Amino acid sequence: MRQKRSVRYAIGYGILAILLCVLLIWNLNAGSVNLSVEEIVDILAGHNTENTAIIWEIRLPRLLAAAMLGGSLSVSGFLLQTFFANPIAGPFVLGISSGAKMVVALVMIFFLGHGMILGSAALIVAAFAGSMISMGFILLISGQVKKMSLLVISGIMIGYICSAITDLVVTFADDSNIVNLHNWSMGSFSGMNWSNVRTMAVVVFVCLVLTILLSKPMGAYQLGEVYAQNLGVNVRLFRVQLILLSSILSACVTAFAGPISFVGIAVPHLIKSLFRTAKPLVVIPGCFLGGAVFCLFCDVLARTAFAPTELSISSVTAIFGAPIVIWMMLHRSTRKG
Amino acid sequence: MKEAILHTADLAVGYNKKALIRDIEISVRPGQIVTLIGPNGAGKSTILKSITRQLEPIAGTVSIRDTSIRHIPERKFAQTVSVMMTGWTDPEWMLCEEVVESGRFPYTGRLGLLSEQDREKVREAMELVHVTELAQRNFTRISDGQRQRVMLARAICQEPDILILDEPTSFLDIRHKLELLSLLKDLVRQKQLAVIMSLHEIDLAQKISDYVLCIKGDHIDRCGTPEEVFTAAYIHELYGVHRGSYNSQYGSLELDAPKGKPQVFVIGGGGLGIPVYRKLQRSGIPFIAGILHTNDLDYPVASALAAEVISEQAFEPISKAAICRAKAALQQCTGVICCLERFGTQNQGNRQLLELAKQQNKLLTDTQWESLLETANS
Repeated sequence: MRQKRSVRYAIGYGILAILLCVLLIWNLNAGSVNLSVEEIVDILAGHNTENTAIIWEIRLPRLLAAAMLGGSLSVSGFLLQTFFANPIAGPFVLGISSGAKMVVALVMIFFLGHGMILGSAALIVAAFAGSMISMGFILLISGQVKKMSLLVISGIMIGYICSAITDLVVTFADDSNIVNLHNWSMGSFSGMNWSNVRTMAVVVFVCLVLTILLSKPMGAYQLGEVYAQNLGVNVRLFRVQLILLSSILSACVTAFAGPISFVGIAVPHLIKSLFRTAKPLVVIPGCFLGGAVFCLFCDVLARTAFAPTELSISSVTAIFGAPIVIWMMLHRSTRKG
Repeated sequence: MKEAILHTADLAVGYNKKALIRDIEISVRPGQIVTLIGPNGAGKSTILKSITRQLEPIAGTVSIRDTSIRHIPERKFAQTVSVMMTGWTDPEWMLCEEVVESGRFPYTGRLGLLSEQDREKVREAMELVHVTELAQRNFTRISDGQRQRVMLARAICQEPDILILDEPTSFLDIRHKLELLSLLKDLVRQKQLAVIMSLHEIDLAQKISDYVLCIKGDHIDRCGTPEEVFTAAYIHELYGVHRGSYNSQYGSLELDAPKGKPQVFVIGGGGLGIPVYRKLQRSGIPFIAGILHTNDLDYPVASALAAEVISEQAFEPISKAAICRAKAALQQCTGVICCLERFGTQNQGNRQLLELAKQQNKLLTDTQWESLLETANS
C-alpha cells in the first residue's frame, strides 16, 4: 500500500514536470513574434539572433515571474487553508491580496508624488504591511465566528473595502504614471525585469524552504489544535509562523503582479485531489509546481488570446479557477450528505 | 506499591481565570486506570485539558514524575502523554493510516519522515485496535465509532506512559465498547500505562476503573475504589437521579416503578420473574413481587420495579410470617402470575400461594395476562 502511495506521488510530480516543460516552451514561443523551438534553444544557448532581446529581456523574466509568483500564491493559499481548517480560504477571498494592493497603491502614489520610484524590496514591504492589516481583521473576526462561510464572507467584504479605497486614490491621483498603476492594480505579469525576478526569487525561495520545514507541525495541525499540541507542537509559535509565511508569499505576488484571484484556492485543491493526500511534505512542493503551471498557462492565454490586447491575469485565472472552486464546494457538500 | 507518575496538588481549573473546580488531587500510578465520573457539564473535560497543557491551570500544579508539566519540554511531554479528546476537525484528504502515523511525530526528525520502525509501530497499533482494514480509507468518510478507534490507535502508537481519554466510548457500539475497554486493561497490564479518563457509562466505569473520582459542583465530591464509590444511594445523589434507579451490584439502570394500586401479584424466583416484571413495567401495571429470597436473581429488579416486594432472608426456608404477608397482598390483587414451574425445598411457601390463587380463581393463564398487557397499552 505504501508503494502505491509513492507511485502516486511520483506520477503526480511527473505530470506536473511535463506540464511545466510544455508551458515553459509555449510561453517562450508564443506572442507577437512566434519562434520555433530550435530558435529558442539557439537563443538560450547564447547565440545572438534578431529575437534575442525578445526572449532574454521580455519573455524569460516574465515567465519566470509568472511561475514563481503562481507557485507562491498557491502555497500561500494552502497555508491559509491549513490555518483556518477551511478549504475555501485563500489570500484573495480573505481580502489579504486586496489589503496588500491598497497599501502598495497608497505608498506608490505618495512616492510618485514626490518624484521617487520605489524598488522591488520596498514594494514587498508595503504589500506585506497591507497583507498584515487585512490578516489582522480576519484574525479578529475568526476569533468571534467559527463558521467557515462567515469567515469567507467577511474576507470578501474586507477585499471590497480595500479595493474601493484603492480605486478612490487611483482615480484622484494626478500623475501620468498612474496608467501603470492601473494596469498593475488589475493584476498582470507584464513589464517584469531581471532585477524584479532576482528579488522575488530570493524571497520566494527562502519562504518556500521555511514552509517545507514547517510541514511536520502542519501535518499535526490538520487534526486540530488539540492534537497538534499533544504531538509537541508549540501551537502559538506555529500559528504565527504560518501567518507570516503566507502573508509574505502573497505580499510578494501582489507587490509585483497585483492581486490575482482563485489560484490560492483552486490549485491546492487540484493538487490534493491529484495526490489524494493533504500531507504537507508532498503537497507544498506540489502546490508550488501546480501554481507555476496554472499561472504560466493563464498568462500565455492572457497574452495571446486577444493579441495584441492583453487581458488582465485575474480575468483568466477566474475563468479557470472559479469553476474548480464551485465544483469543489459541490463535491464537498454531496460527500457530507 | 509504585510511585505516582502523574500527580496534581491543589489544582484549580476553569476558564478565563475563573475556577470551576478547586482542590483537585489526582494521583495515578503506572498500571492504574483512574476514571472521572460526574453529571454532564461537571467539568471532567476541563480537568483533562488542564492536565494535558491545553488549558492553563488557575492554581496549583500538575507534575509528572515530580517535574511540573510547565517545565517539561514539548517533545518530551509528547512522548510521555497522549490524548484522545471528543472532538476533531475534519481533515481533508487524510487517510486513516496517515492519522495514525501522526502519532509518531514526537519521535521523528525535522521533516516528520517515518522510519521502518515507526511504520511497524503504526501497523501494530492499528492491528491492536482492529482498524487495519480502514488504513486506506479517507478519515472523513468513516463512521464516528471507526474514527474513535483510529484516534485510539493514534494515541497508542505515540507510545505514551500516560494515556488521557475523554469519553473514549461515546460513539462505540457495545462490541467495540467492550473491546476498547478490554484493550485498555491489557495495555495497562502489559505496558504499565497509566490511564486517566472520563466516562459517561457508570456501569463500565465501575468495572474497569481502579480508582474513581466523582466530580460534583466545584469540587471532587468523593473518590475511592469503585466498591467505595458505586453505592446506589451515592450515585443517585451524584447525578441527582429523580426517576428510576441504579443498581450497584450489576451497575444496571432501572426505570421508575409503575405508580398506583397493585393489580397483579407475581410469584417469581431464579431469574424467571425478571421478563414478567419488565413487561408489566413497560405497560405501566403496578404489581407486587413475592416471595423472593433476598439473594434471588429476581430480587434487585423486583425491588426497583415492584410496588412492593415480599421477601425472605437468604438461605432460609420461607417463613410463616412471610406467607401471611404474601397472602394478604395477594388478596388486594385481581390477578396472579406464576412464573415458577417447580418449587424447591426452600420455597415451598410459594407453592401455597399458587394453591391459594387457584382456589380464588385469580391465576392468569399466559393468554389472559398477555391480553391484560394489551388493554393496558391501548
